[in-house]
Amino acid sequence: MAISRRATLSLRAVALLYLALLLLLPVAVVFWRTFEHGAGTAWSFMTTPAAISALWLTVLIAVIAVPLNTIFGVGAALVLARSRTRGKAVLDALIDLPFVVSPVIIGLALILVYGAGGWFGSLFLNHGIRIIYAVPGMVIATVFVSLPFVVREVAPVLREVGDEQEQAAATLGASSWQTFWRVTLPTIRWGVAYGVVLTTARALGEIGAVIVVSSNVAGSTLTLPLLVYQRDEQIGGQVTTSVYAAATELAVLSIAVLLLMTMFGSRTKDEVR
Amino acid sequence: MLYLSLVVLIPLAAVTVKAISSGVGTFWSSIDNTLAIRALAITLGASLIVAAIGAVMGTLVAWVLVRDSFPGKRFVNALIDLPFALPTIVAGLTLIALYGPGSPVGIHLAYTRAAVIVALLFVTLPFVVRSVQPVLIELDREVEEAAASLGASNATTFRRVVLPALRPAIFSGAALAFARSIGEFGSLALIAGKVQIASIVIYADIESGSEQSAAALSVVLMVLALVVLFGLRRIGARVGH
Repeated sequence: MAISRRATLSLRAVALLYLALLLLLPVAVVFWRTFEHGAGTAWSFMTTPAAISALWLTVLIAVIAVPLNTIFGVGAALVLARSRTRGKAVLDALIDLPFVVSPVIIGLALILVYGAGGWFGSLFLNHGIRIIYAVPGMVIATVFVSLPFVVREVAPVLREVGDEQEQAAATLGASSWQTFWRVTLPTIRWGVAYGVVLTTARALGEIGAVIVVSSNVAGSTLTLPLLVYQRDEQIGGQVTTSVYAAATELAVLSIAVLLLMTMFGSRTKDEVR
Repeated sequence: MLYLSLVVLIPLAAVTVKAISSGVGTFWSSIDNTLAIRALAITLGASLIVAAIGAVMGTLVAWVLVRDSFPGKRFVNALIDLPFALPTIVAGLTLIALYGPGSPVGIHLAYTRAAVIVALLFVTLPFVVRSVQPVLIELDREVEEAAASLGASNATTFRRVVLPALRPAIFSGAALAFARSIGEFGSLALIAGKVQIASIVIYADIESGSEQSAAALSVVLMVLALVVLFGLRRIGARVGH
């Protein structure tokens, strides 16, 4: 289409204005509000014992959940793209469930199964293991909500490249383990990397599922997103620097992780060339 | 498969069992009250509006990102992923900061339905853009030029040539945005105020110990979400042919 210069410019203006009002301006205001009483005030809110413990718990949960879902994701993607079992279509549909079920429902579901009155709850409690209203439940909730990312990034890549190279490797006498490490993994590397990035972002920021299974006690079961929520609740809607400071800390953490991963990704890409 | 069962399937089955544990009659009475129906209506309404606005604006943004060129385009393109990277609770807070009490621009939307819609537009922005963008890049521009040389106006070319090619992508992006909006909690937790969004009603029910009514509302939401999921798959299958 040969679009006139005026039409192009007005379309561009509408798109950029929409993005600025919806994304950029609100985020900028949070940063500005965080530091409006000086960097010292903001820093003191970020370094309270509750905030520091929340930061570590957030990182800990991500460190457990992300590798679990990466291993499962690559395995499930291999099953979806390579095997010809009958349950494949069912598996394919089920994997998307965590994307369409509300996180709050996921939290409720975990309480009903692993909680004190739940299906398996007493089994664990008898062995002195508390899952719900404790860290293990929060880890399971995070694993649940971030489960599909790696599968959804890796499966299309596997289908796209086909299995000819893998068959060639097998013909040349490679064991299936060798084929996986030497042939399959290098081709799906970028899919895995992007899936891990998305999983990490979700794991760091999850609140809906985690808030339901956490006891929300500062210092033990409070992640950064929960800290933001709790600080906002306590002051009764009068949003102040303490809330903005926690939010900025969380935003900086997740954006930093993403940038680091992108940098790490592009460096390995250059080495390959 | 065991992993999937332990983490995903068994818990979801437990919700369904809980919802109908005290009989189907109790299940219906938990749904058939004004609060639950209101919450479902508000949630569905807001999600439909978000899917519609998101479809139009997302397509427009994708168009500008693919067909236009201007300084800073790569930055804008990277910006689209921000809602996926930014924790949802921060997303909700940003909107309070801008449109809430003490708003620097003098607009007070926080704690209203308009605020809910803006928050949902924020978190679902990437869905339509990222689904339309690759299709638009692949689109053969010669067909458009042919249409133009045969005397079609820009509006006609867009409606008869471009839009049919983009429609499946727009649909699947909007359906994802819709499904996400139905269940969204994080970005709404701070901003919804007294607006009774389904996920927030469920959370309040859990907190007050009425797990049965929470489970009943959950089942209705899950069914809605599944309908959208299977609708998506059918669209996907049709595009494949």
